[in-house]
Amino acid sequence: MQSPPDGAGAPPAIEATDLVKTYPGGVRALDGLSFRVPAGTIFGLLGPNGAGKSTAVKVLTTLTRPDSGSARVAGRDVLREPAAVRRRIGAVAQKAGFDRELTGRENLELQGQVYGLRGRELSGRIDELLERLRLADAADRLARTYSGGMQRRLDIAIGLVHRPEVLFLDEPTTGLDPEVRAEMWEEITRLQRDEGITILLTTHYLEEADELASSLAIVDRGRVVAAGSPEQLKGELEGDALHLELEQPLDDGIVRRALERVGAVRELALDGRHLRARVDDGARALPTVLAALGESGVAVASVTVSRPSLDDVYLRYAGREFAKAEAEADQRTAEEVRR
Amino acid sequence: MTTTLAHTWFMTKRQLRFLIRQPVWIFVTLTQPVIWLLLYGALFKKVVEIPGFRGGNYIEFLTPGVVVMTALFSAGWSGMGQIDDIDRGVLDRFLISPARRSSLITGRLFHTTISVSIQSAIILVLALITGATFDGGVGGALVLIAISALLSFAVGAASNAVGLLVRREETLIALMQFLLLPLTFLSSAFMQKSLMPGWMQTVSDVNPVNWAIEAGRGALGGDWDWGLIGSRAGLLLALSILAGLWAVSAFRTYQRTV
Ligand SMILES: Nc1ncnc2c1ncn2[C@@H]1O[C@H](COP(=O)(O)OP(=O)(O)O)[C@@H](O)[C@H]1O
Ligand SMILES: [Mg+2]
Repeated sequence: MQSPPDGAGAPPAIEATDLVKTYPGGVRALDGLSFRVPAGTIFGLLGPNGAGKSTAVKVLTTLTRPDSGSARVAGRDVLREPAAVRRRIGAVAQKAGFDRELTGRENLELQGQVYGLRGRELSGRIDELLERLRLADAADRLARTYSGGMQRRLDIAIGLVHRPEVLFLDEPTTGLDPEVRAEMWEEITRLQRDEGITILLTTHYLEEADELASSLAIVDRGRVVAAGSPEQLKGELEGDALHLELEQPLDDGIVRRALERVGAVRELALDGRHLRARVDDGARALPTVLAALGESGVAVASVTVSRPSLDDVYLRYAGREFAKAEAEADQRTAEEVRR
Repeated sequence: MTTTLAHTWFMTKRQLRFLIRQPVWIFVTLTQPVIWLLLYGALFKKVVEIPGFRGGNYIEFLTPGVVVMTALFSAGWSGMGQIDDIDRGVLDRFLISPARRSSLITGRLFHTTISVSIQSAIILVLALITGATFDGGVGGALVLIAISALLSFAVGAASNAVGLLVRREETLIALMQFLLLPLTFLSSAFMQKSLMPGWMQTVSDVNPVNWAIEAGRGALGGDWDWGLIGSRAGLLLALSILAGLWAVSAFRTYQRTV
């Protein structure tokens, strides 16, 4: 047993070390992924589409094997003791996992039976979960008649029947309406508190990771590019973020030369009409910045000053904007589909 | 062992729930065999007049063939459900649970067997209504149904294996059609073996569909050749086991590419 390095008492609930996974066809979905999740916390794996989040979940839940690297979940080795890991985890995959042709209750019953639950114990647990996930009224309806939010909650209930120590939620709110998403956030926080379990959730919503996760890892192209609590990560970025919308797209050089004279501006990034920079004190620097741009004939359409967001963190560590990474991934997928 | 049996039962029950909710499917999927029985029965009525054809009426000859074909085709499509489970994420959910791999196959096979047995009984009753008589009686009918079930295990397991490997319904349909139709026509389903061309007779000797038809037809006709029935059942059982092992190993291949 290795002792936890950061002095925390309990061993981590999840520990991924140098995971590498290449899919047939040559896509390197995981490229040396490592992170650890303290027991009893909500951990966020944040990254754009195609970053390798689902692949990581598939490896950690024993669905597929990595090419190399190792992982421990709930104290067991994923590669050497997959059966022991399976008993201790629950998972909600990105695509649903419930059976549309069974009722909510029948889905839960089957899942519980597979884990060896029987009789009173099982029916009690099913009632409890139906109640908790607000599915009691719909329990005896076929799952295919459920709304999107209900289906997601049924999947979560299915993942919880056998009281797992660790729950994996792969993009639990993708595709849900904003109100339903907010409900789901509450649900997830409550679950972690009431059941005392460790939750690993993946998301490509920056605000979701910020809201739910007590610690997170930012994943880009199969590797962790930054890890820590949302506050820590944001705190590493000193100063405020400046976002400027220019009247027209301009050459990088012009803008750079204009702002070189304003000493306090750092991490300048220009993308078409969209300009980002970092300054120590946003409110104070803004007039100087605008004046400098005005002198060089750069017309500014709008300005925002904000505390650093995870978006900024992503830009800093992955070297590109989150939205852009998403678009790139979508394009890659489209190309794959065309082929 | 008891866990495996329990899981098999849970997975069979999962499939049966659909059958119980939509019993009409039993009849919908029965149209094709009934068409074979009644139309082919009428169309080829005079086959029995060919010199060398053993006595009786053609429907009596055809019925065991239709029963076996019903089992054959139902089992052939079994892999479609597996592909559906893949597409809906249901399979992945079971694969990361302690569910026994074998139960994910056998659950489907038992469901197919149960619905096919009900269909077989209906086909036999229809044949009786048209005036056919079967000297083997209820015992003969049960042997026929049991031997068709063995064939359906082998074919169903193979269909599941193919489904897990190709993961596309179109491919599975094409492959099964490519395989099952020739197997039917290269058997004695429609024509007495001794009247088939020589090369067809040779092929039919190694055709599992023909094994099932010959043994089942003998029993239904009251011709209790236990050597024939036993050896054919043994061959089909061996084939089922091989196909079952193939299907379970296909999960491993599938998991490498998810
Ligand atoms: N089954 C698969 N076969 C081939 N490539 C895959 C498969 N699953 C994912 N990929 C590829 O691996 C990369 C990571 O995918 P994934 O883990 O699904 O990312 P995320 O969940 O972060 O969106 C992507 O480039 C994706 O196209
Ligand atoms: Mg994903």
